[in-house]
Amino acid sequence: MLGKLSFSAIPLDVPILVGTFLGVAVIGLAVLGAVTYYGKWGYLWRDWLTTVDHKRLAVMYIILAIVMLFRGFADAIMMRTQLALAYNGNPGYLPPHHYDQVFSAHGTIMIFFMAMAFMTGLMNLVVPLQIGARDVAFPFLNSLSFYMTLVGALLINISLFIGEFAQCGWLVYPPLSEMQFSPGVGVDYYIWAVQISGVGTLLTGVNFFTTIVKMRAPGMGWMQMPVFTWTAFCTTVLIMVSFPVLTVTLALLSLDRYLGMHFFTNDAGGNVMLYLSMIWTWGHPEVYILVIPAFGVFSEVTATFSQKPLFGYKTMVYATCSIMVLSFVVWVHHFFTMGAGANVNTFFGIMTMIIAVPTGVKIFNWLFTMYKGRVEFTAPMYWTLGFMITFSIGGMTGVMMAMPAADWILHNSLFLIAHFHNVIIGGVYFGYIAGMGFWFPKAFGFKLNEAWGKRAFWCWFVGFYLAFVPLYILGLEGMTRRMNHYDNPDWYPWMLVAEAGAIVIACGIVCQLTQLYVSIRDRNLPENLDLTGDPWNGRTLEWSISSPPPAYNFAVIPDIHGLDTFHTEKQLGLKAHGKPLAPIHMPKNTSAGVFIGLFSFILGFASVWYIWWLAAIGLIGIVATMILRSANRDVDYYVPVSEIEHNEEVYSRRIAAAQAAE
Amino acid sequence: MKKLWRYLPALPALMLSGCTVDLLQPRGPVAVMNRDVMVAEFVIMMLVVVPTCVATLYFAWKYRASNKEAEYLPTWDHSTAIEYVIWGVPAILIAFLGAISWWSTHAYDPYRPLQTDDNVKPLNVQVVSLDWKWLFIYPDLGIATINQLDVPTNTPLDFQITSDSVMTSFFIPRLGSMIYAMPGQQTQLHLIASSPGDYLGEASQFSGRGFSDMKFRTLAMDPAQFNDWVEKVKSGSENLDDTTYPKYAAPQEAAPVQYFAHVQPELFDGIVAKYNNGMVVDKTTGKVMHMQSVLNAAPSDTGMKE
Repeated sequence: MLGKLSFSAIPLDVPILVGTFLGVAVIGLAVLGAVTYYGKWGYLWRDWLTTVDHKRLAVMYIILAIVMLFRGFADAIMMRTQLALAYNGNPGYLPPHHYDQVFSAHGTIMIFFMAMAFMTGLMNLVVPLQIGARDVAFPFLNSLSFYMTLVGALLINISLFIGEFAQCGWLVYPPLSEMQFSPGVGVDYYIWAVQISGVGTLLTGVNFFTTIVKMRAPGMGWMQMPVFTWTAFCTTVLIMVSFPVLTVTLALLSLDRYLGMHFFTNDAGGNVMLYLSMIWTWGHPEVYILVIPAFGVFSEVTATFSQKPLFGYKTMVYATCSIMVLSFVVWVHHFFTMGAGANVNTFFGIMTMIIAVPTGVKIFNWLFTMYKGRVEFTAPMYWTLGFMITFSIGGMTGVMMAMPAADWILHNSLFLIAHFHNVIIGGVYFGYIAGMGFWFPKAFGFKLNEAWGKRAFWCWFVGFYLAFVPLYILGLEGMTRRMNHYDNPDWYPWMLVAEAGAIVIACGIVCQLTQLYVSIRDRNLPENLDLTGDPWNGRTLEWSISSPPPAYNFAVIPDIHGLDTFHTEKQLGLKAHGKPLAPIHMPKNTSAGVFIGLFSFILGFASVWYIWWLAAIGLIGIVATMILRSANRDVDYYVPVSEIEHNEEVYSRRIAAAQAAE
Repeated sequence: MKKLWRYLPALPALMLSGCTVDLLQPRGPVAVMNRDVMVAEFVIMMLVVVPTCVATLYFAWKYRASNKEAEYLPTWDHSTAIEYVIWGVPAILIAFLGAISWWSTHAYDPYRPLQTDDNVKPLNVQVVSLDWKWLFIYPDLGIATINQLDVPTNTPLDFQITSDSVMTSFFIPRLGSMIYAMPGQQTQLHLIASSPGDYLGEASQFSGRGFSDMKFRTLAMDPAQFNDWVEKVKSGSENLDDTTYPKYAAPQEAAPVQYFAHVQPELFDGIVAKYNNGMVVDKTTGKVMHMQSVLNAAPSDTGMKE
């Protein structure tokens, strides 16, 4: 009846998990209680949960990303603490069974549910606004994508309290992840969480690709597109090409595990090398999926706060596109040590190094954007400068490992761990946080607190170096990744330094939370309010409308005459349009996404535990909801001109108030 | 130039005096090459990274908004000359590194046999990765060990590597390059230990619960000493054959060192063949051999046929 599920699946014997569960339960009940107490369920359901508005979905994505950041970071600091203790016979406080789940969950959560969610959130918020569109091409799919991601995140977190998570690393390499070596439900949780969220990501890719191709404002040719939109475009291409590979790879692994097939098993013709090649065919483009939009953020931030156009716009576009293409011909560098021939290894090594050229060009472009500018040191600019230095170093260590002869000794070492945290924290995370600070006023109508933002930056910046420079050194001292304990006295002091770094990063996260709290508390102070919709003297279209924008974004779709048209017109003192207002066609909210998400959750959870009747209910529910949704013709409405006029008038009054205040 | 590289590693090594920095203090020609390539790359990349970081901070400071002295060009966004430089300089560097990559990857391909100046006969070692220990078979000597690898110095070491469990990676940091150990596959690695010593050997690919203790000591010694050691092992009583192998191959954490005085011939081939429907490719002749009923009743030396 309940498949593999029984009471023994609940880890009551692990105090850390019981404590975590109580904490999560208390916070969860407090939130639910507060929503009930203030009678906000209707508001939450109508305005948020069922929304198809890309801006609100963006906010939900980023909230999810921040919650997942806590989870992923909790895992990180647990690992660091374990290794600061587990030296010379001391087993530490995490036995391998638990520790192995922690590092597997850390990677999975940070990549799939923190970084991907954050990236999708930023794309959602910014792309339609930057191209002068009123929503994305498929608003319902956008909502569905969010729920798929959310369900994946829920499944992975439920594995904390019911059952276990995978114990074979964030890419669950077989044969370790096969039934023979991992008979528990951990790998199944991984498969279902990643597969379901993967559907969401793929739909996001299709959705934003179509949006960017088809919905740009009149006059916005390819080379008039803002750089962030360009990077989002490249990312959607990468998503569409690479995520199906991930889906297939994990599907084959599922067939092995559920139906006893032999794609990657030791025997009967299975081959682990096939899995490695396939998973990295997705895996390498994946890191570019994450970092390319961050490059877009840095481009916007640097140009805006240097009060100059981006240096070498065309170069930037070409560099981004070449990175996009090259990212598909480098995946073998993840296994130079597998025994491929020298020609194969050399080819992939050199291809990998070549990526450093367009990436280097980008860094120089930002450098020359600041050159002869007027650089304003806002918090997003701090993150950008921190990125330029940190990423240069991370890129350098990346090129070092791109050389097969060096990778043969650095592979799987802590040097590698330091390298990819160097680019993922220093590139991806710094970028997303810069982007969040930059576009926060657009989403909410007030700015984030600068002082706390800068404190957060310094903690992250210093904490990063404290935490990861020791890992570079440990890698050179021959320490490999995923070790649970060790007895080498040379390694111990560096592990203590790394632990200190993790604590400093924790302070950074506390600063960020404080920043959110202080910003919300002081949101109505005149220096924080964004009345004009253009708090930074921005260059692109999103700054031409009110903050937060109305649901339809643009009362009148702007005409584009070149790059940064909004900025040019602002300089020339040109007033907007004068075009007549017309009723605006908009999509209606829908609960279909919520229900498909719910049924997907049931399907995933039931499949993890082999509860097949429940899985069938989930599957039937998904199909039925899709049919009902497809049959529903009442999916759109028109915003009447009177309402648009009203909104425009309010916006004009806010601008006037802002001018009066000056 | 090449001389210069040799001294550069001393710098960080000095800062970490007292510690062993395995990758910077190589004990074999392969590891020396690994290190030299790595350090050369580091130095070459630093030629760009340092100026970039300095320029980042300098430009940000010099063109800060409050500095009204600095020139401000609010519409300047293009310079063909600069674009040539920012594409050209990295491209030249990468071309140079690419050449190093080509040379080092081919010259030190882990599959390429090594030679010493005096043409010492290579020592064959068959490595089997188990849960969670290492089995070393010396096929020409007829002995085997668990979790301890004894090798003569200045002798080419020809490793043939497989796994009788999950995938792992065979790595002796101070001797150089690592290579994966995979069930049903025979990977190869060629190393030389150039001076005697006790070097860390490890599994560098996570392999489950007992991974952290999946370490072995690599004892490099003079050939004479090595011969003494071989005799010592041969004088033992433990045998490794079809009947005893399953006992030693069973999962075990922090397994102790063990010596085997006799090893059944073709045991290694049998382990590889186990995952290939009883077939194994002889890497020297390229021929497919059929191993009959691997690792059980029938002794494999009589069960082998072309």
